[in-house]
Amino acid sequence: MSPLIQGDGQPFGGGEYEPLVPGLILLLPLLGFLANGILALVHARASANAVREGGELDLGGRADRPSTHTWPTWIGPGVMGGAFFLTLVNFAGMFDAQLHEAVVISYWTWMATGTFAVEAAIQLDQLSMIMMMVVTGVGFLIHVFSVGYMRDDPGYPRYFAYLNLFVFFMLVLVMGASYPLMFVGWEGVGLCSYLLIGFWFGDREKSDAGKKAFIVNRIGDFGFLVAMFLLFVEFGTLDFVPIFEEAEALVYGGGLVTAITLFFFLGAAGKSAQMPLYVWLPDAMAGPTPVSALIHAATMVTAGVYLVARSSVLFALSPIGSATVACVGAITALFAATIALKQNDIKKVLAYSTVSQLGYMFVAVGVGAYAAGIFHLMTHAFFKALLFLGSGAVIHAMHEAYHQTHRQADPQDMRNMGGLRAHMPITWATMWIATLAIAGIWPFAGFFSKDEIIWQIAAFGGAEAAAFPILYTMVWVIALAAAVLTAFYMTRLMLMTFHGTNRTGEKESGYLNEAPATMWVPLAILAPLSLFGGWINVPEALQTSWAGLSGALPTTEWLHHWLEPITEQAHHIQEVNLGELGHTAPFGGGEVLWAFISTSAALLVVLAAVRVVGSEEIRDAASDESRLSGFGKLLLNKYYVDEIYDRFIVNTVRRKAEFFWKVVDVGIIDRFLNALGWVTKGVGWGVSMFQTGAVNTYAFVLTVGALIVLGLSVLT
Amino acid sequence: MITEALLLSAILFVIGTFGVLVRRNAIIIFLAIELQLNAVNVALVAFSNLHGIDGQIFVFFVMTVAAAEAAVGLAIIISIFRHYETVDVNNFNFLKW
Amino acid sequence: MVTILFYLFAAVAIGGAIGVVLAKSPVGSLLFMVTTLGAIAATFVLLEAHFLAAIQVIVYAGAIMVLFMFVIMLLNLGHDYEGDFRGGLYAIISFVVVGAIAGVIKNDLVGTQQLEATGAESIAAAVEESGVVGAIAHPLYTTYVVPFEITGILLLVAIVGAVALAKRNVT
Repeated sequence: MSPLIQGDGQPFGGGEYEPLVPGLILLLPLLGFLANGILALVHARASANAVREGGELDLGGRADRPSTHTWPTWIGPGVMGGAFFLTLVNFAGMFDAQLHEAVVISYWTWMATGTFAVEAAIQLDQLSMIMMMVVTGVGFLIHVFSVGYMRDDPGYPRYFAYLNLFVFFMLVLVMGASYPLMFVGWEGVGLCSYLLIGFWFGDREKSDAGKKAFIVNRIGDFGFLVAMFLLFVEFGTLDFVPIFEEAEALVYGGGLVTAITLFFFLGAAGKSAQMPLYVWLPDAMAGPTPVSALIHAATMVTAGVYLVARSSVLFALSPIGSATVACVGAITALFAATIALKQNDIKKVLAYSTVSQLGYMFVAVGVGAYAAGIFHLMTHAFFKALLFLGSGAVIHAMHEAYHQTHRQADPQDMRNMGGLRAHMPITWATMWIATLAIAGIWPFAGFFSKDEIIWQIAAFGGAEAAAFPILYTMVWVIALAAAVLTAFYMTRLMLMTFHGTNRTGEKESGYLNEAPATMWVPLAILAPLSLFGGWINVPEALQTSWAGLSGALPTTEWLHHWLEPITEQAHHIQEVNLGELGHTAPFGGGEVLWAFISTSAALLVVLAAVRVVGSEEIRDAASDESRLSGFGKLLLNKYYVDEIYDRFIVNTVRRKAEFFWKVVDVGIIDRFLNALGWVTKGVGWGVSMFQTGAVNTYAFVLTVGALIVLGLSVLT
Repeated sequence: MITEALLLSAILFVIGTFGVLVRRNAIIIFLAIELQLNAVNVALVAFSNLHGIDGQIFVFFVMTVAAAEAAVGLAIIISIFRHYETVDVNNFNFLKW
Repeated sequence: MVTILFYLFAAVAIGGAIGVVLAKSPVGSLLFMVTTLGAIAATFVLLEAHFLAAIQVIVYAGAIMVLFMFVIMLLNLGHDYEGDFRGGLYAIISFVVVGAIAGVIKNDLVGTQQLEATGAESIAAAVEESGVVGAIAHPLYTTYVVPFEITGILLLVAIVGAVALAKRNVT
């Protein structure tokens, strides 16, 4: 393996990497979950007792709240802070060392059957380290934000218990050294997602949204499982290291590896909300907003991207699998972006935006740009978490205002907002930074990650022996189009929320206030990350041009080099089979030119959106009588995908289920079993006649039996 | 003479069996069982003439077991009698359910 | 002479056995039983099992039968023997069944050739060497020492069981 080279050609500092209690990173959130869980149980009992006595648990005065309500404030974010600190220390250690091979630490054997054994082992390498940084870092900020956001919620300790448990499972997912362990995390985060979407389970709609997420994810999990089985049949093990070592023995583009990658992608599509399994993510917005930020934007939904990046060797071996990933990603990116254009719920816009950005990540990993995918995953975690937390702050303020005046109105509907800039300047400023970042405008983080993805599509499609060059040209065009749409709908969101005249209501507007410090400090931390986060991976070609300020930006392709030990095997496979990557975009032009075109296009769209949306007259939700028609209506109703699914899939399944329930189960199986019961009972009743209880009879039967035995012995 | 002894054993055994089947008095049933055991003893002694001393040792064990069985069996009869004031096995039909 | 004596005692034993089954009173039954046991002891002597003959008289007739007698007396069953015998069809069927068993056994025995007392010499040699008791005692304490000890435990258990069953419940 080639040594890790930093941008300026200097190798990293030598030294061995000694992991510092990596198990504790996992253990801390778990301990937090246990502590908060116990508090939640005590809390629930106390409030149940209060309800039984005819009242309810008084959370009124903030000074004299029960300790079960105040302790999670310290435990929840505390364990996350500890985990983040430990991750930082480990990251520093790994940064210092030239680590070529993954550090696998095995704690115990989880299960062993025959030749198959799964170790409870964690794998520390460059990829898992990046993921751990994102999970614990962004997770910590969101925990802090939650303190302010959920402060007055009666389920406060339960909320932190779930959130800590989620982080634990997410860390298992990214740190596990084998597919089964990853699957444990995979299922665990699904469970926590379900619990947190349905956090306010008293609301039927919200608990249904949780169920929907869980069930749709099951479809994907089936794919994950089948892929694991196939891997086991082929390799006899499910540990990452031996599989990837032996993977190159597989036939390039063979049926087996294609099947494995397609099934893995089915799993990834479920978890990461790709077509056609994306429908759960918009509904998942029913959960508390910090949950949407952490689970449904920054971490859990990116697990699919992590899965593909982790299995990069397998995907590189399957051109069909990779092409599927790229195409589905591109279609999802465009599809979700168009839906986001017409949504009025602030969280729905962000949800579809998340689906769209996840599509981008899949395009990246689909064209073999694994580092670019992880790069976008990271920058997206920053700016999308910021956007969600910002929208959380907005919703919090709106909710407070409506609460004060006892008005029933939707605090999430952007038509009820407008002009919030004057009331919440910090939220306004930080969200604009995130908007420009996601729109892909230089020099914000999103520009570098998105531009690299678009460039890599072109490069991959232009490879000497590219498998489907025309397909990649289309993907490239779609990606550009989706980028432009992203700029538009995000600007629309910002304008409807923060600019123009206030539509909240005369009385209510007086109560609109900036969020408390626990909420705006995380925003203020995420804002610079969204601004500068992209600078860690400035492409070489751009670094010396205007985009890199003629070399003033600090690093060149740092993340790319950092992840090289993970991706180089895949790149090697790619190079052998596809030849050298292309150097121009499909319609000519180099990297620098297209970077300029994309950022100026995005900027133009932002400015155009400011004019278009700014000139529109928006009325608040209650008095909004404008009826969209044609394509706009189609977009507002999300292409009627949910209705189509209901009509063709859910109802079919339901009809079949009804048939199996009423006819097969009740009519046939139950009757058969009842008949079996009656027959058994009858036979038993008949045979019980022989049991007279009289000793004589027994003796007699015994004698007859002896005679029979004797007679048989004589006869034979 | 061994064949005759075996025949004697068989006759005594079936008489004992017949006694077990047709009598109702628990004590007499017991006696009939002892008769069956003795029939077996006769057979064993006859076989010891064929195969050596081992048969006689078996008889020894059978007697020990018979003594133990008699002790426990009679104790059971006594306790049943205390309960039901009878030793007629027709009344002992609680060996069910 | 020995054969004649054997037939004689066999007849007594069979007659006693029939008496055991048919006697009306338990005491009568018991006395027939003692007779049978005595006759069997005599056949033991004729079959060269002198020690067992002695044991038969001492333990069976002397101890176990006395135990039976105690119980009969203790329970004081009186003289109401009505209905002690199962008559009728049941008795006939039982008779047929046991008759069939006897027939099968007889069928088995009569077909075979005359059995030779091949083991008798070894017994005689053992008796010559260590006496009538020693001939049994020697293998009992060597080859069969473990079963012998186990019978000791069995007897102990039987004693405890008998006491536990027969004693009045102390309330």
